[in-house]
Amino acid sequence: MSRVLTLKINGEEMTGRERETILEVAQEHNIPIPRLCQLDGLSTVGACRLCLVEVAGAPKLLPACTTYVTEGMEINTNSERLQNYRRMIIEMLFTEGNHICSVCVSNGHCELQSLAMKIGIDHIHLPYLYPKRGVDASHERFAFDANRCVLCTRCVRVCDEIEGAHTWDVSGRGIESRVITDLNQPWGEAESCTSCGKCVQACPTGALFIKGSAVGEMTKRSEFLSLIAQRREDNRR
Amino acid sequence: MKKTLATIWLDGCSGCHMSFLDIDERLLALAEKAALVYSPLVDLKDFPDHVDITLVEGAVSSEDDLKKIRHIRQHTGTLISLGDCAVTGNVPSLRNAVGAESVLRRAYLEPDLIHPQLPSDGVPGLLPVVRPVHSVVKVDVYLPGCPPSADTIFNALTALLDGESAHELRTRFGA
Amino acid sequence: MNLDELHALAARERERQAAFKHRVIVCSGTACHAAGSDQIVEQLETAAKARGLDSRCEIKRGGCRGLCAAGPMVTVDPANVLYQGVTPDDADAILSHLDTAPVERLRCDTTQAFFTRQKHVVLELEGRTDPERIEDYIAAGGFETFIHTVTERTPAEVIEIIRQSGLAGRGGAGYSTGLKWSTVAKAVAPRKFVICNGDEGDPGAFMDRSVMEDYPYRVIEGMLIAAYAVGANEGFLYVRAEYPLAVKRLKHAIRQAEKHGLLGMSLCGTPFSFKLDVRLGAGAFVCGEETALIASIEGKRGTPRPRPPYPAESGLWGFPTLINNVETIANVVPILREGSEWFTRIGTERSKGTKVFALSGRIKNTGLIEVPMGITLREIIFDIGGGIPDGKRFKAVQTGGPSGGCIPEASLDIPVDYVSLAQVGSIMGSGGMIVMDETSCMVDVAKYFMEFCMAESCGKCIPCRVGTAQMYRLLDKITRGEGELSDLDLLEELCDTVKHTSLCGLGQAAPNPLSSTLKYFRDEYVAHIVDRVCPAGVCPALTQKEAAR
Repeated sequence: MSRVLTLKINGEEMTGRERETILEVAQEHNIPIPRLCQLDGLSTVGACRLCLVEVAGAPKLLPACTTYVTEGMEINTNSERLQNYRRMIIEMLFTEGNHICSVCVSNGHCELQSLAMKIGIDHIHLPYLYPKRGVDASHERFAFDANRCVLCTRCVRVCDEIEGAHTWDVSGRGIESRVITDLNQPWGEAESCTSCGKCVQACPTGALFIKGSAVGEMTKRSEFLSLIAQRREDNRR
Repeated sequence: MKKTLATIWLDGCSGCHMSFLDIDERLLALAEKAALVYSPLVDLKDFPDHVDITLVEGAVSSEDDLKKIRHIRQHTGTLISLGDCAVTGNVPSLRNAVGAESVLRRAYLEPDLIHPQLPSDGVPGLLPVVRPVHSVVKVDVYLPGCPPSADTIFNALTALLDGESAHELRTRFGA
Repeated sequence: MNLDELHALAARERERQAAFKHRVIVCSGTACHAAGSDQIVEQLETAAKARGLDSRCEIKRGGCRGLCAAGPMVTVDPANVLYQGVTPDDADAILSHLDTAPVERLRCDTTQAFFTRQKHVVLELEGRTDPERIEDYIAAGGFETFIHTVTERTPAEVIEIIRQSGLAGRGGAGYSTGLKWSTVAKAVAPRKFVICNGDEGDPGAFMDRSVMEDYPYRVIEGMLIAAYAVGANEGFLYVRAEYPLAVKRLKHAIRQAEKHGLLGMSLCGTPFSFKLDVRLGAGAFVCGEETALIASIEGKRGTPRPRPPYPAESGLWGFPTLINNVETIANVVPILREGSEWFTRIGTERSKGTKVFALSGRIKNTGLIEVPMGITLREIIFDIGGGIPDGKRFKAVQTGGPSGGCIPEASLDIPVDYVSLAQVGSIMGSGGMIVMDETSCMVDVAKYFMEFCMAESCGKCIPCRVGTAQMYRLLDKITRGEGELSDLDLLEELCDTVKHTSLCGLGQAAPNPLSSTLKYFRDEYVAHIVDRVCPAGVCPALTQKEAAR
């Protein structure tokens, strides 16, 4: 049994367990912390930086998804400073791709869109970058629109960790980074792909979708991931 | 004295104006507070010297759009970006990744036409990049949505006409 | 190899060397190599044979003497004469003056400040040992410290000496080396690793390259001691592939050390074993970050991950791993040999020891220097560096590589230590020092470094991936003469976000050149935007407009 710890989130006392992350404890107590790369059931990478929180005594902001709680920890999840940074990061994502919500299959069911709304973003004050990105519709059932990709790597992780196929990975560096299938060949020709569709369900935006979906029709379900992960974990024990 | 209201339509589909009309009978309540002095919906041809509130639909895509919005900004108190095209560039900005020239080529030269030619005389030239209104002039209020709902427009206008600067946002990109 | 065997080998080598009356040492570091030092060696050898000197005079390759700007350098021992700007045609002259007064026209004045104001700890061998002969290193006292350490001291004692010395990581962050070592030592695990970080990728930095090229045995000996102290039996030297000479020499040095029983199983009759291998970086700057470096050695995409857990706890393949920079490792042998107290006498209260810097840019004496911590930037640039050439005026110095800040004239009197440099918006970094004069446009400089960080961002976290691209675009816009004053506010906002929210040091430090130039040289930005003029006359769009007027 792991030790029970007491800590404070936003001034409120609560308990957590050893080896629990700040995000897990916050979730248990219905304290919302925004995140994009984190998805229950997948490993954490601490990449989107939306879940950064302030921890008393820590010189830097810490990602809630990868930071374990400690005894007496004092956490602030929603200071004005954090809100500003989150706004900037979400804005960066909007400028990085070509996100045209009104013509997107995920309009109304998109995590990026709803994050923007929750944070109160009503316009993007950073200049748009308008990258030239393509669409890969070579797969029989699914399609990938790189214009809507936020590089959260959920598809990469779900394919590797849950499906065990490792069809997806990241190529390139920095602003040129792209998710690719197999050795950067069209998805339809990627031999390792089992067409399970888990990547589509894990994708937070309309970047991965089922062919034939019209605007707003692409709803996603990812709850099954944590169930699979949990049952595998139980089996191992 | 009644406040003055104008609406303008740049590169958009008029959907936001339709949504504005969807305010329906509440338009009468608005009319009590403000006079619509310039709009595609009224006959006046010249933008007045001063308008209290102007709603802008559409993105800035052509040299004409640019000229209009700069003029309007100078003669407007509160400028509202109405809808996603004005706020984000939206559908018109889809061409930004490929460039204005290739769009023109695709539309006027590539199809099997009897006289393929690029439009020239009397048609405003396209800007190299379609831009949201706020990247060209200062914008005071943003109403995203494709289109923003009639309620959103009505609530925002009522609040502004009543002198409240803050209004709660109940809309989002693509809504 | 035990101590007696080592001493015997050293004696044999010294005897061999004593047979020569003179030693002519030609620098074979990259700068002198590029300037043709190989041909000089050949010419010297031919000339020596022709003069029948080959049994009296040894011609050998050595390491860097620091003054790269005046290369190729040739040292004549035991007379201790240094020649500069030597060409193959000078071989005859040098040899004919061995027994008489030196060749005046080639002589490099070793009493100039460049030499006298330095303090050599890491570079204590002064480039006089042949980097490709282990015997030469052993004759100079090499590996003696390691054998004494492994046979006479406990790991805990070694760590305590390092801790008390106050040695801090020379890779940039300045974390206490002793503390790092003791964390790894305390970890209980079936395997532990020591990694030497030689992925020096900053533009204008060549400290680690020099150390690896000139003193590969010193690096190996330092790693041996580190491994013994923390209880690791396997190690990797991670070197960027762009340093072929360093790679070649390290690989050669490892083979020689293995042959002499200084690497491998049960070293020096003790149970301590250490296996060392070289791993090449494939060119990503971010692989200098320790967690990305580990991923790269594991064969994965070189991207950093959040810490904790730190590598000391969970590193290479999940095992406790000690990662030290080349220069840190190179400090280990002198500290163990001379003691921690000796080391603490060098430097300042807060920063101990010396720091190696690579001087480059608009400065007379470009090259490699090692100075005590606490020396001022002014002393480095104007005394040791000889000031600005061609009568130009100093404008700024950038310390710490692409993510360092640009420091103006007014702050040149700060002492060089980790804290003071941070206070003026820069970093110690790994030790690159780029000097700029009035012909540099600071907006263009900021743009150049931002382009570097943008290209080298791994793309994993959003602020660094998008933020660097956003900042680069805005800077480019300003240098094209299309900037607006509001862009400066945007830039400041981006600097703040990228600095505080990026995942690793690359992103966190990427805004430094921009934020420091915005702070100290804002007038140049304003000139670009408001007057549409580039005061230094660098930005093409703005200089042409100016000329057209």
